[in-house]
Amino acid sequence: MIKTYTIKELELKANIIREDIIRMLEAAGSGHSAGPLGLADIFTAMYFDVLKHDPQNPDWAERDILLLSNGHCVPVRYAAMAEAGYFPKSELTTLRKLGSRLQGHPERLRLPGLEGTSGPLGCGLSQACGMALAFRMDAQLHRHIYCVMGDGELDEGNIWEAAMLAPKYNLNNITAIIDRNNIQIDGPTEEVLPLNDLKQKWESFGWHVLEINGNDIEAIIDACAMAKAITEQPVCIIAYTVPGKGVDFMEYDFHWHGVPPTHEQAKEALHMLRTLNGKIKGEHE
Amino acid sequence: MAELHLADSTKGLQMDAIRAGFGRGLVKAGELNENVVAACADLTGSVKMDAFAKAFPGRYIQIGVAEQNLATVGAGLALAGKIPFVASYAAFSPGRNWEQIKTTACLNEIPVKIIGGHAGLYTGPDGATHQMLEDIALMTVMPGMVVLCPCDAVEAEKATLAMAKDARPNYLRMSRENTPVITTDKTPFEIGKAYVFEEGTDVTIIATGVMTYHALMAAEQLYKDGISAEVVHAPTIKPLDEKTILASVRKTGCVVTVEEAQIHGGLGGAVAELLGENQPVPMKRIGMQDHYGESGEGNELLTHFGLDAKHIRLAAHHVAGKK
Repeated sequence: MIKTYTIKELELKANIIREDIIRMLEAAGSGHSAGPLGLADIFTAMYFDVLKHDPQNPDWAERDILLLSNGHCVPVRYAAMAEAGYFPKSELTTLRKLGSRLQGHPERLRLPGLEGTSGPLGCGLSQACGMALAFRMDAQLHRHIYCVMGDGELDEGNIWEAAMLAPKYNLNNITAIIDRNNIQIDGPTEEVLPLNDLKQKWESFGWHVLEINGNDIEAIIDACAMAKAITEQPVCIIAYTVPGKGVDFMEYDFHWHGVPPTHEQAKEALHMLRTLNGKIKGEHE
Repeated sequence: MAELHLADSTKGLQMDAIRAGFGRGLVKAGELNENVVAACADLTGSVKMDAFAKAFPGRYIQIGVAEQNLATVGAGLALAGKIPFVASYAAFSPGRNWEQIKTTACLNEIPVKIIGGHAGLYTGPDGATHQMLEDIALMTVMPGMVVLCPCDAVEAEKATLAMAKDARPNYLRMSRENTPVITTDKTPFEIGKAYVFEEGTDVTIIATGVMTYHALMAAEQLYKDGISAEVVHAPTIKPLDEKTILASVRKTGCVVTVEEAQIHGGLGGAVAELLGENQPVPMKRIGMQDHYGESGEGNELLTHFGLDAKHIRLAAHHVAGKK
């Protein structure tokens, strides 16, 4: 059903998704750059290896669920979905334009394949809990629910309400993935509102925590497999990512959280992505 | 009047709580449809979800004191095909979780049922923090939301069963106190319909929730005053039954609205918007006049803040005199 890819092939896909993100954001003239670029490896792993899904049948009753709680990172989801065949790639540059199915923040009813509506932060994990409870009531435990959250998003109280609920009901059909990129709009997460020891926090709430390099596709795939195998607790994967990954002038810089590249910056970014920051000769040069 | 099968008189009525009617309706809805589920934020007995929790333990979720989670877990349940009734006090839900309801229930157009208990002045001694008076305004402004405010326990039970069959997000406003039961099992109830509980020709009194009883009391007094008052009960505030309201006001030429909530953005506001564009007539809104409540007994507070039958009667005289 789903083609199996090698890690090398997946890494190339992640790069294509990054290029698409740059093109989308440049065309939109607004939107978030750093988060989507940092999440490209996670979304590549999800759509091309981890998830049980069918791009031709987005409402397939047996599919896994992927919730994007920090909805502002949706360009990476759109780019991955288009790459997976949910909709034509030509639609990507309609992002944020009047009449587009690709809203600035994702709306489930506008685009088949989106599982939730998000943007206002902190609401994803609790919806994952609701779905996990429903799947349990319906004996559908073979369907897994993934919820991607930002680290800045963890400032929201709603997240911690859900973090308490999931272990109470041992919702082990949920895997939470935290994009730990250490930035948010106003600055570094540890300056805006210190998150401190996230591993300890989540463990004390009753979660099994895995820590990985969130830009290492193999590590992401392995962690997701391990998360499914752990049934005593819900699992939280803390994925350490580089914000702006792949575009060196965006990497680690919180100023790129909520702005798009200009035409010149986009050109430079695409060049960097095509040549892997000068490591290879770009085939499209 | 006859086809509405209302109680014979406003005297000697049976007393029961709207929340109790909800509790009975929820168990029935659960028996009729296994997708009906319930979640509560640590107020299970208080909002009368305990019978459902006992009858269907596998379909009941104790959320804890976490109303944001209450609404969004509810949305998750609905996204996965359930019909969740999520309950707390109205002061907290929708008081605290409005944005979650908008983003995850309304924008998704899913059947999350928000149950707001202990709404209005009848919450009494708990005081202003717990007397939710802004919930109607908060919920009616939200596109896609259905807002229900039944007049007694019997109607609350019917409203609950109707909600379980409605595909939209709904808000049900409930009172804590035992209040007079003015409808019977045979009284019709349909979401979106208002009902003429008392026919009249001189003034229209449109009331919702427990205030409909007080409107009927006022109509009796007005009859003695020589004024024929038509009492329209509007258990659905959104979508408003424009047809029934316009027909009544075209006949009487003046109107008083009555609700146990803020006059801004509530039933009075909705009726004023409707009439302002279609049938401007002398109008008076009975409700909380842009301030908060305080501790006291329910009926005592209604009098203190000018919401009782006496004040409704005076308002009716006022608008009738301006025709």
